[in-house]
Amino acid sequence: MIENAKHLREHALELGMRQAKGPRTRILVSMGTCGIAADTEPVLAALREEISRRDLQDVFEVVETGCMGLCHSEPSIEVVDGVEGTMTLYGNVVPGQAAAIIEAGPYEAAGVEVLERTWYCPENEENTNGALQARVVLRNSGRIDPENLDSYLIAGGYQGLARALTEMSPEEVGGEVRESGLRGRGGGGFPTGMKWGFAAARKARDKFVVCNADEGDPGAFMDRAVLEGDPHCVLEAMAIAGYAVGASQGIIYIRAEYPLAIKRLRKAIEQARENGFLGSGIMGGKFSFDIDIKYGAGAFVCGEETALIHSIEGHRGEPTFKPPFPAVSGLWKAPTVVNNVETFANVPAIIRRGADWFKQIGLPECTGTKVFALAGKVSKVGLVEVPMGATLHDIVYGVGGGIRDGREFKAVQTGGPSGGCLKADHLQTPITYETLRALDSMMGSGGMIVMDSDDCMVNVAKFFLDFTLDESCGKCTPCRIGNKRLHEMLTEVCAGRGTQETLAKLKNLSHTIKDTALCGLGQTSPNPVLSTMLQFEDEYREHIEDKKCRAGVCRHLISYVINDDCVGCTLCARNCPVDCISGQRREKHEIDQDKCIKCGVCHSLCKFHAIDKR
Amino acid sequence: MTKNRVRPTGPIGSDGVINQEPKKRQELADYMSGLNLGDDRDRNRGFLIQCLHKAQELFGYLPESVQLFVADRLGLHLSEVYGVISFYSYFTTVPVGRYRINVCMGTACFVRGADRVLEEFKRHLGIDDGETSENGKFSLGGLRCVGACSLAPVVMVNDKVYGNVAPDKVPDIINDCQ
Repeated sequence: MIENAKHLREHALELGMRQAKGPRTRILVSMGTCGIAADTEPVLAALREEISRRDLQDVFEVVETGCMGLCHSEPSIEVVDGVEGTMTLYGNVVPGQAAAIIEAGPYEAAGVEVLERTWYCPENEENTNGALQARVVLRNSGRIDPENLDSYLIAGGYQGLARALTEMSPEEVGGEVRESGLRGRGGGGFPTGMKWGFAAARKARDKFVVCNADEGDPGAFMDRAVLEGDPHCVLEAMAIAGYAVGASQGIIYIRAEYPLAIKRLRKAIEQARENGFLGSGIMGGKFSFDIDIKYGAGAFVCGEETALIHSIEGHRGEPTFKPPFPAVSGLWKAPTVVNNVETFANVPAIIRRGADWFKQIGLPECTGTKVFALAGKVSKVGLVEVPMGATLHDIVYGVGGGIRDGREFKAVQTGGPSGGCLKADHLQTPITYETLRALDSMMGSGGMIVMDSDDCMVNVAKFFLDFTLDESCGKCTPCRIGNKRLHEMLTEVCAGRGTQETLAKLKNLSHTIKDTALCGLGQTSPNPVLSTMLQFEDEYREHIEDKKCRAGVCRHLISYVINDDCVGCTLCARNCPVDCISGQRREKHEIDQDKCIKCGVCHSLCKFHAIDKR
Repeated sequence: MTKNRVRPTGPIGSDGVINQEPKKRQELADYMSGLNLGDDRDRNRGFLIQCLHKAQELFGYLPESVQLFVADRLGLHLSEVYGVISFYSYFTTVPVGRYRINVCMGTACFVRGADRVLEEFKRHLGIDDGETSENGKFSLGGLRCVGACSLAPVVMVNDKVYGNVAPDKVPDIINDCQ
């Protein structure tokens, strides 16, 4: 049992030494859900087999880690050699390359793709020249074995909690977080220290600390990566929060769709209890804190804190009016602190290294980092963490390596269904909560979808409304019916039946919903419409006036026509799902426009570029 | 997601599924008696969602007799339990197919053509989003982001992930379900 901060540091040092005396080369294999989906398991098996075949168990150790964030190059592995001090990142590894990797050991293996290291920058390499990322939240993800407590302890784990319990008063812990300037990473950006302060000031028998892990933004998966890659860090942060506000019970509310994260969390909670980091009398002191897991059941609105609380209480996850805020009256009417996973993941590092260290990262008015799930038409899809105030250009062109297939950047969508689109004019805008809000978008949980000229912005707005319609809880009228009407109007525009009046109504109704909906989901749901109308007004006009979709996405506004390059190979006719293509062999074919469902199969199959999309 | 909400005819709980499978019934009862249930009805309600998860895990879906079983043991009304079930998309009151085909509807998959893939599945299987085929073989649905955005568009069949799915790959995926 660890007794105090000093004891913990000595213990971690001893564990580190023991690890250093073990196998000299550690092979880290990225085994998040996404890595497993990208077929990493066979690679892992091949590496293990190669090591045992050569009888090199004393030299190599294979470690299954969480997500490294290198989605564009999964399966990815990292070879860390303790003697030479080398660290090599390999991407797109196949089982057949295992022998070459083992053979090369600390050196770069021939014939295997080596990834630039500047792309990837964990905490212990924070001063690396040319580093594109700054990793605080993801400091351990992809670096440690999430199912091994010792691995977390070697990386400085639980030292924040130890410092808080043995060297600081609860007020000082809250003060340190307030001083750091940390704000809620779930989207709203509310100052975390202030939220804790409200709960701490309440006198109550019970208080709760709730971790919101109901990540529902379609296109964001940073919380899952943290839970899968570094579960102890969330537990540590919740215990610190419990100490600061005077709560003894924590609850993690997690999506049932994250089985691997749940499994690793359960294991971590057990380990933490066994080693005295959770339970009664933590580290031999007076403070007691324990954590329970509650499952979500697939409702986006449960990411809203009052809805989440109702869901934990076993009700339908419908939001209620604020105030009272949960910090005053939350779960079972007790003061409740609700923070999301990413926010919590910052806390141990802040307490361990101090608010001053944290404030150096990012901008003075907006400190720290933000994790983005960078996806869409960008070359290097991945989970990236950048300092606050990084520009869109830094993210898309720096970290993301530019647009796929050398195409032109059109827009980036942030904030998911509550956010909006930024265009090329905004590439140099520093990303903060305020700058995004000024552009009718928002930080949101951090999905960042890059779009090129093949994406129709009207259709994108419609996609997000589709999502909102599906997920609206139906409690308040503006959201339940207003969004339905917005969706209908957008459908009209996409079908070429919109008028100028439709545009005016769209704008008007959007503002009404924003002003009158009950919760955050409803109030932000028209953002995708408003921001695309603001940034891409010309595209809306084209749909209405010219009946044209320049991206060639809106089906009613495009047609497929066979040109003179057709050689009559019949490939299109044989594959047309509705048999609307006719023509003799070796003669030009024709498409029956009335029957065509515009699926685009012919267009993508034709080897002679003989099918035009108009 | 559209859901089949038509109530089976007959008295409440007359589907009798809970009694047709005594082993599962026992397991559910054991699970629930292992919970820290007390006299406070409101606190007991806090266990409802996890009980429903357990029940769905055991029975595959939540027919009325199972709902009634859970409601009785927690001291809740059937209507309260049903209200929760109908709110959350994870719960289903009708049996799902042996092959659950889910097309990822995350934004990254969407911009890379997931809606067309879903359309193809609907056309080939002759069922709509949220429905199960008559022979009980296939269910079709959308899925929220699975975080495999680099493989977009993504289709999941039970636990298997198919990446980079173009509409013309749809028949191959259906053929794989044997």
